[in-house]
Amino acid sequence: MARKTTNQKAWFLVVPVVVLVAFNAVIPLMTVVNYSVQETFGDNVFFWEGVKWYEQVLHSARFHASLLRQITFTGIILAIEIPLGVAIALTMPKKGFWVSVCLVLMALPLLIPWNVVGAMWNIYALPELGLLGRIINGLGINYNFTQQPIAAWFTTIMMDVWHWTSLVVLLAYAGLRSIPDAYYQAAKIDGASGWAVFRHIQLPKMKRVLTIAILLRFMDSFMIYTEPFVLTGGGPGNSTTFLSIDLVKVALGQFDLGPAAAMSLIYFLIVLLTSWVFYTLMMKNEEQ
Amino acid sequence: MAKITLQDIRHSYIDNPVTEDDWALKHMSVDWADGTACALLGPSGCGKTTLLNIISGLLDPSEGKVLFDGKDMTGTPTDQRNIAQVFQFPVVYDTMSVYDNLAFPLRNRGVSGAALESRVHEIAAMLDLEETLHSRASGLTADGKQKISLGRGLVRADVSAILFDEPLTVIDPHLKWMLRSKLKELHQQVGATMIYVTHDQTEALTFADQVIVMHEGTVVQIGTPVELFERPKHTFVGHFIGSPGMNLLPCEIRDGAAFFAGTRVETDHAVKPAGAAKTTQIGVRPEFISFADQGVAVEVVKVSDAGRHSIVETQAGDHVIRLLLDEGEKAPEGQAFLHFDPGHTQVYADGWMVE
Amino acid sequence: MALEFKNVVKRVGADIHIYPTDLTIEPGGFNILLGTTLSGKTSLIQLMAGLEHPTSGEVWFDGKDVTGVSVQKRNVSMVHQQFINYPNFSVYDNIASPLKVARMSKADIKARVGQVAELLKLTPMLDRRPLELSGGQQQRTALARALVKDSDLVLLDEPLANLDYKLREELRDELPKMFKGRGATVVYATSEPGEALLLGGHTAALHEGRVTQFGETARVYRQPQDLISAQVFSDPPINTCRVTKRDGRFHLNGTSSWPVGPAHAALSDGPFVMAIRPHQVTPAEMAPPAEAVRVEGTVLVTELSGSESVVRFNLEGDTWISQSQGIHAAPVGTRAAFHVDTSQCLYFNVEDHRIAV
Repeated sequence: MARKTTNQKAWFLVVPVVVLVAFNAVIPLMTVVNYSVQETFGDNVFFWEGVKWYEQVLHSARFHASLLRQITFTGIILAIEIPLGVAIALTMPKKGFWVSVCLVLMALPLLIPWNVVGAMWNIYALPELGLLGRIINGLGINYNFTQQPIAAWFTTIMMDVWHWTSLVVLLAYAGLRSIPDAYYQAAKIDGASGWAVFRHIQLPKMKRVLTIAILLRFMDSFMIYTEPFVLTGGGPGNSTTFLSIDLVKVALGQFDLGPAAAMSLIYFLIVLLTSWVFYTLMMKNEEQ
Repeated sequence: MAKITLQDIRHSYIDNPVTEDDWALKHMSVDWADGTACALLGPSGCGKTTLLNIISGLLDPSEGKVLFDGKDMTGTPTDQRNIAQVFQFPVVYDTMSVYDNLAFPLRNRGVSGAALESRVHEIAAMLDLEETLHSRASGLTADGKQKISLGRGLVRADVSAILFDEPLTVIDPHLKWMLRSKLKELHQQVGATMIYVTHDQTEALTFADQVIVMHEGTVVQIGTPVELFERPKHTFVGHFIGSPGMNLLPCEIRDGAAFFAGTRVETDHAVKPAGAAKTTQIGVRPEFISFADQGVAVEVVKVSDAGRHSIVETQAGDHVIRLLLDEGEKAPEGQAFLHFDPGHTQVYADGWMVE
Repeated sequence: MALEFKNVVKRVGADIHIYPTDLTIEPGGFNILLGTTLSGKTSLIQLMAGLEHPTSGEVWFDGKDVTGVSVQKRNVSMVHQQFINYPNFSVYDNIASPLKVARMSKADIKARVGQVAELLKLTPMLDRRPLELSGGQQQRTALARALVKDSDLVLLDEPLANLDYKLREELRDELPKMFKGRGATVVYATSEPGEALLLGGHTAALHEGRVTQFGETARVYRQPQDLISAQVFSDPPINTCRVTKRDGRFHLNGTSSWPVGPAHAALSDGPFVMAIRPHQVTPAEMAPPAEAVRVEGTVLVTELSGSESVVRFNLEGDTWISQSQGIHAAPVGTRAAFHVDTSQCLYFNVEDHRIAV
């Protein structure tokens, strides 16, 4: 006879979370789903449209362009921030007074709100007023991020690298610190080169934290909005109009709620699927 | 393989050591002939790991020299000393197969092709690792990983010495036996100089031809296992080696003999007057005490069954005296007399054996 | 207070950590869980503590079903292999912490802590922080915390494993004394057969998630019910080989034979697995035991420890170990002869490895 040994009262403890998740995630998401399959002209009058908005978004050249921009941006961000973060973590001191100094310095950019970062870089990079702008122009390079797409991209990427590389540094540093000294000693004894130590000891031991770092940086940069909005407003032209900026333009600028809702869901699915596939692959690799 | 010499080594972790206690390693000179199996034995904090790191070059001694085959190696970095080391916790390259782990030190030294392959297979065969050669090293059990660590040392033909830093710490008792015998077997086969650091007397005594007992940064005794067991030079060695350790009883020296609680005790040497010594003690191991019709009067307090023998705890006044009985032998109850084997009873003055 | 496991099973995902287990631990005694890594010692300890709950089955304590009762509501203390203390409390405050939680008066706390500190030889370091102490003293502090609160059940999960050899010996000697007369039921997990023997009490032999035998420690050691229990409780590993009973004698590969003793006279003729502990196999140069048979093997390795000799040799395909007092050097690769004490041989059925009776 199997007797019930679990305590049913425990379910009450879960109630607040269920309510929170319902209001926070499920209900808004269902609203979006609702909008994405209907047409509305206000006054709460809705017409069933099926997958029309999805087809429209998926076939729109404008969506393709901002998606491509977004992928390029995220690709560049990851390609710079991950190796740079690891490199900085490797050069940081392992013990002594400088450890805390470095950690505080590294944590600083992370503490600044997104819109402040955007505003800071806006002023910093202005061709006539900003320090960065004047230095670059002083070098004889014609640089104006409000008018040149390349300069706008350069500035946005610089800003993101400045803002977020330290997150990768901190994670990678934590991973490095957890490696016992014996590994380094063994490698010395085996005559391993610096590269071999990195490849066979440090990198494998950092794998878990780097997985987290890549995921976080992927999701954050893929959904970037505030900083480029404050810095360039998506311009010049549409050159820095990333997905979320485009989405806001569609939803609030043009008030096309149906296509905007469909776009949000496609956007959401891209982020979710990519993260899931990446994470599963990494973990599967881990198990082997 | 090489002969290893330590010349007047001292080490302190403090920049300007003042008192004797500031030295983690007080003073030592020792010679290890090529092919010796040596153990450094002592409790934690006795300086044995410091000494090991000085030999491997992970640490530079404050004073003194390290010589390999007469060549001064002090200050030479680890990778140029041609030593191998097995650590307390297994170190394997997780992403590599067992084969690649074993091949790694050779590849780093530019060995490749058939020479590499045959050497790796030879070492794998020695360590019984052939079956797992192509699986990932991270999937192996602790003893398998320790074998890989050892294999990475053995695979190099140029190794001067293999150092072991408490290598059996994370191994289960029944596998400890296997791995320990394997080490012994390999030493007999390969003939490499091996230096083994441990706090476990059984490991030290069974592994080594020569054991160095250390205590608070000083070498207390260097000797073969038999010497350490039968004639410990210092009461610390007597206590630290053997389970239970040596019985140490205060004694009085008069008329050329030692007296414990008024009873004359026959000893290994004729006893000289103690002179200026503050304390004099008799030392006798539990293995060399037996019940008798006369001798030291004691009361039997406790008998513990240890399987192949029992440990009898007796009391003479305030002093506990332990002795061993073979499995099946009965201990008397209540009052009894003990006989100490004279050939294995020593007198110690201020902790040091009187010879 | 008796602790009872009724058909307890612990499953984690697809893995079975504990197979159906019935176990009754008598109140107030010293009980040992003996087994290797992954044999289920820690799982059992956690089930006993209430840190884990069984997948099915019941845990009873002191006549009450406590299966679903959380650890906070059971009067349990626990000491782990790692030295777990509050790093920024003094030793005094560490020991006092369970009493403070129980809202005991200051004066009572002081008296109790003083008493336990005295027992564990911690009185001189009550004002120090744990990390300033040696490993042995840190573990004494953890033990003191477990002792101070008068728990009904004290669980010790390999508490001596991280200590130096000599400290281990010292604490092992003191442990049973500490718990004497306290009425608490003590459960002690270890992987060392020698430790189990010296601690005495009752022992449960564990193997791959099953309790293979439970009883008085010396009885489990000397009268194993099956081969696995004998193997779990043997250090160095117990020697085994195939023997055949025929014409009132046991035959070992046709080379040696010895008469069947009265205890085994009723066994039917046929093959058995014989097991004998290493110290009951002695070099032929020593005086043979009263009932002995001579066997010969090729020496694989010899270990001389100063007081005893351990020789591993190959006996017709099986690796055997002989452990004896004194120095008996046998050169590797040579043939050497040994005496097996046949009065101590254990015989097991070939099929199920149960003791043959």
